[in-house]
Amino acid sequence: MKQKTNLKRIFGYIGRYLPLLVLSLLLAALSVGATLYIPILIGRAIDGMIGIGQVQFSLIANILVQILALTGIAALSQWLMNAIHNRIAFSVVRDVRNDACRKIQVLPFSYLDTHKTGDILSRIITDAEQFADGLLLGFTQFFTGAITIIGTLFFMFSLQPWIALSVVLISPLSLFVAKFISSKTHHLFLNQSKIRAEQTAFIDEMVGNSKVLQAFSHEDEAEDDFEKINERLFDTSLKATFFSSLTNPCTRFVNSVVYAAIGCFGALFVVATGGVGFTVGALSGFLSYAGQYTKPFNEISGVITELQNALTCVGRVFAFLDEKEEVSDKDCTVLEEKVEGNITLKNISFSYVPSRPLLKGISLDVKSGEHIAIVGPTGCGKTTLINLLMRYYDVTDGQITVDGYPIDSITRHSLRQNYGMVLQETWLFSGTVRDNIRLGKPSATDEEVEAAARAAHAHGFISRLPKGYDTELGENGGALSAGQKQLLCIARVMLSLPPMLILDEATSSIDTRTESKIQKAFLSMMQGRTSFIVAHRLSTIKEADKILVMKDGNIIEQGSHEALLAQNGFYAHLYHSQFEN
Amino acid sequence: MKKILLYLRHYKKECILAPLFKMLEVCFELLVPLVMAAIIDIGIPSGDTAYIINRALLLVLLGVLGLSATLVAQFFSAKAATGFAKRVKSALFSHIGKLSYADTDKIGTPRLIQLMTSDINQVQTGVNLTLRLFLRSPLVVFGAMAMAFYIGKDAALPFVVVIPALSVVVFGIMLLSIPLYKRVQEALEKLLGRTRENLNGVRVVRAFCREDEEIADFAAENHALTRAQRFVGRITALMNPLTYAIVNLGIIFLVWQSASRVDEGILLKGEVVALWNYMTQILVELVKLANLIITITKSVACGNRIGAVLETVPSITYPENAPKEDLAAPAVSFSSVTLSYEEEADAALEEITFSVKRGDYIGIIGGTGSGKTSLVNLIPRFYDVTSGEVLVNGCNVKLYPKEALLSKIAVVPQKAVLFSGSIRDNLRFGKPDATDEECLEAIHKAQADDVLASKEEGLDHQIEQGGRNLSGGQRQRLTIARALIKKPEILILDDASSALDFATDASLRKALRQEECTVFTVSQRISSVRFCDLILVLDDGKLVASGTHEELLAHSDIYREIDESQRD
Repeated sequence: MKQKTNLKRIFGYIGRYLPLLVLSLLLAALSVGATLYIPILIGRAIDGMIGIGQVQFSLIANILVQILALTGIAALSQWLMNAIHNRIAFSVVRDVRNDACRKIQVLPFSYLDTHKTGDILSRIITDAEQFADGLLLGFTQFFTGAITIIGTLFFMFSLQPWIALSVVLISPLSLFVAKFISSKTHHLFLNQSKIRAEQTAFIDEMVGNSKVLQAFSHEDEAEDDFEKINERLFDTSLKATFFSSLTNPCTRFVNSVVYAAIGCFGALFVVATGGVGFTVGALSGFLSYAGQYTKPFNEISGVITELQNALTCVGRVFAFLDEKEEVSDKDCTVLEEKVEGNITLKNISFSYVPSRPLLKGISLDVKSGEHIAIVGPTGCGKTTLINLLMRYYDVTDGQITVDGYPIDSITRHSLRQNYGMVLQETWLFSGTVRDNIRLGKPSATDEEVEAAARAAHAHGFISRLPKGYDTELGENGGALSAGQKQLLCIARVMLSLPPMLILDEATSSIDTRTESKIQKAFLSMMQGRTSFIVAHRLSTIKEADKILVMKDGNIIEQGSHEALLAQNGFYAHLYHSQFEN
Repeated sequence: MKKILLYLRHYKKECILAPLFKMLEVCFELLVPLVMAAIIDIGIPSGDTAYIINRALLLVLLGVLGLSATLVAQFFSAKAATGFAKRVKSALFSHIGKLSYADTDKIGTPRLIQLMTSDINQVQTGVNLTLRLFLRSPLVVFGAMAMAFYIGKDAALPFVVVIPALSVVVFGIMLLSIPLYKRVQEALEKLLGRTRENLNGVRVVRAFCREDEEIADFAAENHALTRAQRFVGRITALMNPLTYAIVNLGIIFLVWQSASRVDEGILLKGEVVALWNYMTQILVELVKLANLIITITKSVACGNRIGAVLETVPSITYPENAPKEDLAAPAVSFSSVTLSYEEEADAALEEITFSVKRGDYIGIIGGTGSGKTSLVNLIPRFYDVTSGEVLVNGCNVKLYPKEALLSKIAVVPQKAVLFSGSIRDNLRFGKPDATDEECLEAIHKAQADDVLASKEEGLDHQIEQGGRNLSGGQRQRLTIARALIKKPEILILDDASSALDFATDASLRKALRQEECTVFTVSQRISSVRFCDLILVLDDGKLVASGTHEELLAHSDIYREIDESQRD
């Protein structure tokens, strides 16, 4: 059932290239027609070789010229057809991959945060590649195969219906054999695909962090674990490979039976008709057809196993494409203007897993331009709160409003464009430094980019890079230090200057001399902007309008620095602990 | 390629038997046209129906024999191919573990991952098909020619012309496509990187509302891949039509030649049919060979890439025997150490000299990119110095066997990496046989009791890949616990408390003070190093000052500047 819907979807993708497909069908018909007519001509030529001194040379010469012409037509149309098949197959896979990339952008974080990157990568890259291979094979073999079968049947029946009938009756056997084998091996391929994905995820993790492995001399243990997965993969791979490779020889055997049958009945017919009605030439044409007719059956069955594999793979890609998306915000309001930045949290609760409530009944009122510092022990829910403000996750209960708009009533873009964020973990994409800074404001001029970099104190080190702002950065920043990456991320925000800011431990890996300068820049940037700062520096916190002290998913204290110190509660304890030692 | 083919040696038996049984199958197949010629030339003229039926049954028998031979061959080749892939994977995985940090930096992790996955799969397919078909196809081709010789010396002439012509086409196209496939592979790798980037940066992409641009960038990369694929596709698509045309020309030649032979009475009609049959068999096999060669081309390209990595000699080698340590010597000392990551690159560290007493608590402070991480990475010999010496217990680190050195040192890296598995599994990275008590003790010292308390399953709590289901601070403390459980002589904290709040950081420091080990702590914060026995101040790769907090305040301008910047 699942496979059927998958097939339907594949045809949906192929349908976009319908004109090409039709053209390739015509070319296939042309090439197959020419290919099939040639054996008849050769048969006639052989019949022209009547015996010693009786060979009809002019007839044979005439026939040979016709063969030459047909060969040219067949070869040319075959080439064009192949080229078109290539085009369609690769385009289809490109489309599937593009859809997958689009999908990444609309998947909810609850999916992305809980699925291994390696697994998703394996679907989009490896599985899609296998699908491309299968599709191409399907086109070139399946497609021409079907036309060849029809054409051969036509020519055979016109030569000798009875022998043709015997061929038609015996050869489907190879299809049954093929079908039997592929139905038995499907689960093996599924298994293989599954274990492969598991292995890919393991490799992604272990090879991706090989430095840590080495630091802990954990290579041997990792090897042992790898060995276990590898051994299991070997087991299923061996079975899958062997059993699927049975198809070809089995169908080839059915062919040799067909060949023997044609030889037997054909010879008996020639004897019976005295070589007049059914000639040796016709028999030899038949024999060549036996190959032509059964060859596609062979190939089709071989192809079926490959297709089975491809179908399993594309099934995994489709399963990814079918993952539940974020609630669409198509009908939500688009805010044209920037907001002022009044944020209200009304009794919100949230949990990643229903059984484990994390944030419980939080209420908060933030006026435009206020600076809110969030402090608390690690794991108290600070990051979660940010996830909710940015609407990476939706609240389980309660409501968050910005300027009075419930945030689920405006589009995500409208909301997020009003936020500037510097996250705990930096992210840069491969591209130039300039492009990376421009991320939030693609229209920014070079001068604006430089000004933002200066404001973020990044201009100095950028100028020292080999090509300055045009230096190409590798994946995730390449050779830049953690601090430099963070400076670039700050420059991004400096460039777009949205009315609300979220700074999540943004300065943790920047040296304090630089940081103190940035701090000043931040302060001027924060001027008049609603800001949430998850900070560990008390100087930042002290200057905040309001401090939220969080613990175990609750806001346990809130107020100004002085007020909280006066309370002599959890915050006061935190504050004083800084001066221990 | 040669390097990785070595791994086939464990499957010698399979590698010999598989083609051998394939050969048997070919022999049975080659007999078929001869039997058919006999039916036409003997059975039909004499009208002997019993003879005809008899020969037809012989054809079926040949089919049965051929089938049995192939089944054996398929099994052996499947076993050799999957087993081979298994061994190459293991070898590569193990080799990657031996590569030094510098080697890994140079090759790049995405490439390593691709090698371990899709490249090896490709090689496996290549080996399997090679064993099954690579001998079979040429055998059919030359077998057919031999049979033509058997039928008549002249009859073989078309074969002698056609076979080289076909080979030129087949191999020419093959050679042409190899570099093109390489381009495809590279484009695929780029796309892989782009996708990974997308997944890892999904929060930022959405924060900046860049989804559409990401989709467009991906599409461009994807399109480049498709274009490369199409181009190589067009070239290889020439193979079948060209070979088909050549074979047909051969048949035309054959028929014309046979016509005169039949006229002269040298050749019989049935034999002409058999020759034609052999010629078409050549085509079928050459088509297979062509497809096979495409697969092999890809596989060889992949195999070479794997081989190149396997051949990378780890740039750091270790001696076998442990050196004689001098416990009276400083725990760690650097003498005019200089480090450049690449030749001609600016030095990351320059002429660093200092020594550290056993049990001391060392702080390393300095600006971004001042070389703090580079410095501590030299102690466990993650990188080799360009000049100078790093001594541990009075011995050059280059004199220690890997295990001996690393067992003394525990590192908490800047990036808190945890692995999928239980908390216990992760802690056991530090000490494989750690008991639950030891785990709990380490967690306690690392101030991570609350992390454990918040998880119902305790030590059995499953951590997801990269520790995604934990917060940054939780991850960081678990990586500290992972290091502490090792009870190292030297503990290196590379900015390991950056995600911790002040209170936790302070308690952690207190706990570490009680450990009997030499501690190096890299930090940006004065508060994390001010109590240290020795503070090293780095600036732009140079050691500009060292001493205690008070000394530095008195003498070092840079230190004072940092301190002032952090005052509240």
